[in-house]
Amino acid sequence: MNSARASTTPWLLAAPGALLFTALVLVPLGLTLILSFHVYDAASGVKDETTLAHYIATLSDGYFLNIFWRTLRLAALTTLICALIGAPEAYILSRMREPWRSIFLLAIIGPLLVSVVVRAFGWSMLLGPTGLVNEAFRAFGPGTVKILYTETAIVIALVHVMLPFMVIPVWTSLQKLDPMVEAAAWTLGASRFTALRRVVLPQVTMGILSGSLVVFGLSASAFAIPALLGGRRLKMAATLVYDEYMHELNWPLGAAIAILVLIINLVIMLAYQRVVEARARRTLG
Amino acid sequence: MHRNGPIALLFHTLVVGFVLAPLVVICLVAFTPANTLTLPTTHVSLRWFAAVFDHPDFVASFFNSLWVAATAATIAVVLAVAAGLALDRYDFRGRAALNALFLSPLMIPHLVLGVALLRLFALIGATGSLVWLTAGHIVVVTPYVLRLVLAALSGLDRSAEQAAVTLGASGWIVFRRITVPMILPGITGGWLLAFINSFDELTMSIFITSPATVTLPVRMYMYATESIDPMMAAVSALMIAVTAAAMLLLDRIFGLDKILVGQG
Amino acid sequence: MGFLSLDGLTKLYGDVAAVSDVHLSVAKGEFISLLGPSGCGKTTTLQMIAGLVEPTSGRIMLDGRDITHEKPDRRGLGIVFQSYALFPHMTVAQNVSFGLEMRKVPRAERDARVKQALVLVQLAALADRYPRQLSGGQRQRVAVARALVIDPPVLLLDEPLSNLDAKLREEMQFELRGIQQRIGTTTIMVTHDQGEALSMSDRVVVMEQGRIMQVDAPYRLYESPATPFISSFVGKMNRLPGVWGRSGFESNGRVLPCNGAGLTEGASAVLAIRPEKITLTSSGAGVLDGRVKARFFLGSAWFFTLETDAGLIGVSLPNAGEEPPREGDPVGLDWSKSSAKAAKPEGAQPA
Ligand SMILES: Nc1ncnc2c1ncn2[C@@H]1O[C@H](COP(=O)(O)OP(=O)(O)O)[C@@H](O)[C@H]1O
Ligand SMILES: [Mg+2]
Repeated sequence: MNSARASTTPWLLAAPGALLFTALVLVPLGLTLILSFHVYDAASGVKDETTLAHYIATLSDGYFLNIFWRTLRLAALTTLICALIGAPEAYILSRMREPWRSIFLLAIIGPLLVSVVVRAFGWSMLLGPTGLVNEAFRAFGPGTVKILYTETAIVIALVHVMLPFMVIPVWTSLQKLDPMVEAAAWTLGASRFTALRRVVLPQVTMGILSGSLVVFGLSASAFAIPALLGGRRLKMAATLVYDEYMHELNWPLGAAIAILVLIINLVIMLAYQRVVEARARRTLG
Repeated sequence: MHRNGPIALLFHTLVVGFVLAPLVVICLVAFTPANTLTLPTTHVSLRWFAAVFDHPDFVASFFNSLWVAATAATIAVVLAVAAGLALDRYDFRGRAALNALFLSPLMIPHLVLGVALLRLFALIGATGSLVWLTAGHIVVVTPYVLRLVLAALSGLDRSAEQAAVTLGASGWIVFRRITVPMILPGITGGWLLAFINSFDELTMSIFITSPATVTLPVRMYMYATESIDPMMAAVSALMIAVTAAAMLLLDRIFGLDKILVGQG
Repeated sequence: MGFLSLDGLTKLYGDVAAVSDVHLSVAKGEFISLLGPSGCGKTTTLQMIAGLVEPTSGRIMLDGRDITHEKPDRRGLGIVFQSYALFPHMTVAQNVSFGLEMRKVPRAERDARVKQALVLVQLAALADRYPRQLSGGQRQRVAVARALVIDPPVLLLDEPLSNLDAKLREEMQFELRGIQQRIGTTTIMVTHDQGEALSMSDRVVVMEQGRIMQVDAPYRLYESPATPFISSFVGKMNRLPGVWGRSGFESNGRVLPCNGAGLTEGASAVLAIRPEKITLTSSGAGVLDGRVKARFFLGSAWFFTLETDAGLIGVSLPNAGEEPPREGDPVGLDWSKSSAKAAKPEGAQPA
């Protein structure tokens, strides 16, 4: 970067994007925040009076609290499972030889680019009463089990969608690890397990942590998976917002919930940035 | 390089199976001759692919998605290259804020963006227009392009530009003949990534599409909530094919692992 | 007034002077080197001449024209960057042709001149390769051809050889100098390698901390360095501490032959002599006795470190094909009076 003469050039270059982003990000968010304080009446719609009622309702009503609790619980569970699967998988990938390493890395993170509707649909086929999973159950044991439209189905599909977001940061931190470091620990008399625990794990902890924050944030605001695999009754925050907007038509209430989702997400993302910065400092320092 | 043990390889096989299972099942079921979601057992049939083309709404949605994704990706590239130059080349007051603004859509759940845009569009009467839908998509995909463009710009050897200047090239010619070709991989990769992300986008779009502007993922979502027949599998298989084609292209141009890993 | 002249050229970064008050006059066809340690302001000076860095003050005149504030794309100077800065997406021929295109030279003439330039740097056969398909030395030649094809009044080279391995660097020194002499382009080269500066240039400009310390022909620079810093930066130099006595320079009571000027009797002094000006004889036959502490074989020469009453002394002897003294052997050191100089110690205030 050069510190070119203070000029209008950078502003002219950035102006089109900045205007668009202001008009389509900042302004709508502001409008939504305002909307969330408006009174809503089923008969006459959004009124001009302001109220805190939506926030109070959201944070006190058992129905909403139940959904929030489920959202946090399933997001946390998804994060945990992703860490338990993703971190070892990234480690195994990093120890593979080319070309297998590239091929399997693509196989694991490539589905990131496939539409989430498609992936949700794939799981609904697998987990349905006539799906492959249940056919296997019928053939080998417990018989038909209801999985589709349960929390289990949501978590399975969420893990599937979120796994790349865990593998990527762990993979990245493993790439920075000198492959000889582990061997060096062995030559110093450490067992394979000790070497893994004392040398490799500390290096990837930051990767797991930043991956966990991303996975948690995305899971807590996921829409398609709970909508398609949770059914009508098993709502999560995002499907709740959708229902308030599209079915109840109570936009102010939906807006209040959306704002809460946004705040939780921003808190998580700020924590994420801290982690990334701390990691950058550690590798530099 | 040390090898993985048998337990590690078993674990790995299970993970890869888990990751690929739903996609493989979709691609198989799409070829079923039956009326239900079953694997083709006796023979394969293309009847459900044919059925897709008998649904004008699916075909229309496909073209909506194609148009929106291509337009959004193209405009995002233009915006991101201009903004990237400003952010990379100049030190000015407000630079950090501008950077945060451009990357903010990565931090805001698409659900919230959708709700917010719905409110704006409702107030200004902009619903039902493909143009406004595309504008929303531009906002969502620009950060991806910007990150690749910024990475390309910071990796660029500035002395090549200086060399061009001393050889007599003016600012615009340097940009067109030297800078753009040198960051072209970043630009192309950014365009493709933007295209894929826009083409797949559901959560924001579902709030701001109208019956005339329904995109393919939204159409599929609506269809899946009502009835499930093998045609969904056929459409999904087609989407997987489109994505895979874009992925291969991306891999050729830029190295997919680099783009995706850089993304996390 | 020279062909190119720098007049009080200064560049400040904040409060720090990267280059301060540089005066230099370069004659047409001359090959000048800017020599100095890293960070002394060589590149900044070169870039100010090129127009890539705006001077804080001072003036740059080219052929009687003030170009201080002229834009770099109008100056028409040829520059070879340290990284070569080739355009990676263009072939060798396209790289070389770029400057001519910018000058709107017609196609046919352009092709002819590109070909001519590539012949000059012996790359005619590789015209259709891309830079990534070339070796370091070949890239370097492309950069030179690209800079020369526009017939620049002045060619500027920023550490042109520093990215090459030792052997290639030596070859390219002769080749670059050969090309320059053939076409007679006024050339300014930046380098931190004294050997390069000495072997290639008509005159060497030594810089330290943004200032010019000495401008001289390579031979004179070597033989009469203006400051102790230059004497040890350009070649090796032994410095023996002592005092200026009645009969000349004395070290540990022993008088050593040397020239001295401006020294008062009884004042402390330092004797400076280059390693290759000393010869070895048998013990007792020279001006000083010593013992071999270590010896290094350099191929064309031997380098000795000798322990003497006057301190450690380095001596360089041409390889005559016979085994010279070994570690521990007693030897005598001899030199002529005119090859050693005594001066005030470093840091002492000039009178
Ligand atoms: N853009 C810049 N901003 C601040 N200081 C700089 C800049 N460019 C060079 N300098 C400083 O100016 C001094 C001279 O740099 P340079 O001309 O590159 O030295 P050389 O080429 O002799 O190694 C150095 O101390 C360097 O740190
Ligand atoms: Mg330099």
